[in-house]
Amino acid sequence: MSAWAGSAHLKIRHGISYFMLGLAGLCALVVVGALFYILGYLMKNGGTSINLDFFTQLPKPVGETGGGMANAIVGSMKLLLLASLIGVPVGVIGGIYMAEFSGKISAFILQYTADLLNGVPSIVIGILAYTLVVLPMKHFSAIAGGFALGIMMIPITLRSTEEFLRGVPLALREGSMALGASKWRTIVSVVLPAAYRGILTAILLSLARVAGETAPLLFTALNNRYWSPGWNQPIASLPYMVWNYAISPYDDWHRQAWAAGLVLLAMVLLTNIVARVVLARGSNAMPR
Amino acid sequence: MKAALGASPIRPPAPATKESSNPVAGLQTRLEVRTLNFFYGSKHALFDVSLIVPTNRVTALIGPSGCGKSTLLRTLNRMHETVKGARLEGEILLDGEDILSQDVTRLRRRIGMVFQRPNPFPKSIFDNIAYGLRVNGFRGSISEAVEKSLRRAALWEEVKDALHKSAYALSGGQQQRLCIARALAVDPEVLLLDEPCSALDPISTAKIEELLFAIKDNCTMVIVTHNMQQAARSSDFTAFMLEGKLVEYQGTEKLFTTPSDPRTEAYITGRFG
Repeated sequence: MSAWAGSAHLKIRHGISYFMLGLAGLCALVVVGALFYILGYLMKNGGTSINLDFFTQLPKPVGETGGGMANAIVGSMKLLLLASLIGVPVGVIGGIYMAEFSGKISAFILQYTADLLNGVPSIVIGILAYTLVVLPMKHFSAIAGGFALGIMMIPITLRSTEEFLRGVPLALREGSMALGASKWRTIVSVVLPAAYRGILTAILLSLARVAGETAPLLFTALNNRYWSPGWNQPIASLPYMVWNYAISPYDDWHRQAWAAGLVLLAMVLLTNIVARVVLARGSNAMPR
Repeated sequence: MKAALGASPIRPPAPATKESSNPVAGLQTRLEVRTLNFFYGSKHALFDVSLIVPTNRVTALIGPSGCGKSTLLRTLNRMHETVKGARLEGEILLDGEDILSQDVTRLRRRIGMVFQRPNPFPKSIFDNIAYGLRVNGFRGSISEAVEKSLRRAALWEEVKDALHKSAYALSGGQQQRLCIARALAVDPEVLLLDEPCSALDPISTAKIEELLFAIKDNCTMVIVTHNMQQAARSSDFTAFMLEGKLVEYQGTEKLFTTPSDPRTEAYITGRFG
């Protein structure tokens, strides 16, 4: 008698292995399937409404067919610009502080605060922006919407900046310090350039994430059926239009809502792809 | 008591050594370490180390892993300060002035360092060299200084047509010579080398050793090495360290042929370490 189990045991082991492999593959298929199902559904329902007018025209009043969401597309971009103006500097500079200057305890507190902030429901962020910006100004505005989205960007950019900075080898910092560079000079001239592709990717991903947020805009940016000049007036955005049009009782508006959803998803996908390309190119070819 | 002894220039460098002759007698002193004790938190890492590094000579620090030779080297330009909880007692004098009371960025310009693994910055070859010049407010022509440093590091001929390519495109040996050129660019009086060849192949190692030989006429060097042949080939003086103590400090030839301490003899003949 051999001390080792026979071929039956081997069969069971192989069986379990194949089963688990199949299960993992199935889960992967579900994930990919869900994305393609959503994409297909959006195409089917919204694809017909996407034409040149959709990108160049203002919404038409109820009853008239056609029209577009040019103001909402531009509005979303303006909101995202404002959001980056708040979220990127605060997140990146805060991330530099966390990775380079903070002690163990302050880093711990900051990390947990950022993670908590990341988990705050977006509607609560909306209320915060309403209280801090809308109430004092006494009207809805692009600034209030951008503020709310900017707050939402902070935890993501903060934590990823921190992680990418921590990933920069100590040897690079020491090389710079050994030449007589100060700590700040080392961070700006050596550490940040070594990590900037990762940070840029994180910023793009956080932008893609907040681009689809609706709740924080409900009582900050509100909506606008016309062009919104400047930054101080209510402004239309794609997610708000989707919500607004989807709950309306008109078939034509439903089709427009699907189309707006498709455009939004396409924008997010595009940003993601750009982020991945930037990251892939940065893996070994370092910047000047 | 010990500090008073240390003031005498003919004092033997290592009090622990029984040897009475001073290996560096008659030479100009560039760096002097006086009864240095070093701690990582509560861990005592260096014990009463005293050492005189003569001007424009190569001094090697040898010893088994963990003997404190890299720690000693890093105290010489205060790189130990980047480690939290590191603490130092004793004195280190550069040209007779205490380095601990000087501005650290200025000190590090005067005492450069080359690390174990090549660590070029994620910049072009040119910018790698120019960085130290810019950081230290160099007023002359940067491109001339870059060329001069690359020539000193025997790298110019290989890279002169690729100055604006990424430093990461160079081979490991070239990267290490780039790091030496980078350190030389700010015109340091002392160059500290922390096992500069341990990540390199024998041909690259030979090139670095040639380079060290070529620059030692106007640069004082302290080199930490695991490789005893390298110490024997490229240094003028050698200090043998063990468990945080300096066991013996001699002219390199004497240390490798007639060591006075039995522990040194045991180490260089390969009985441990």
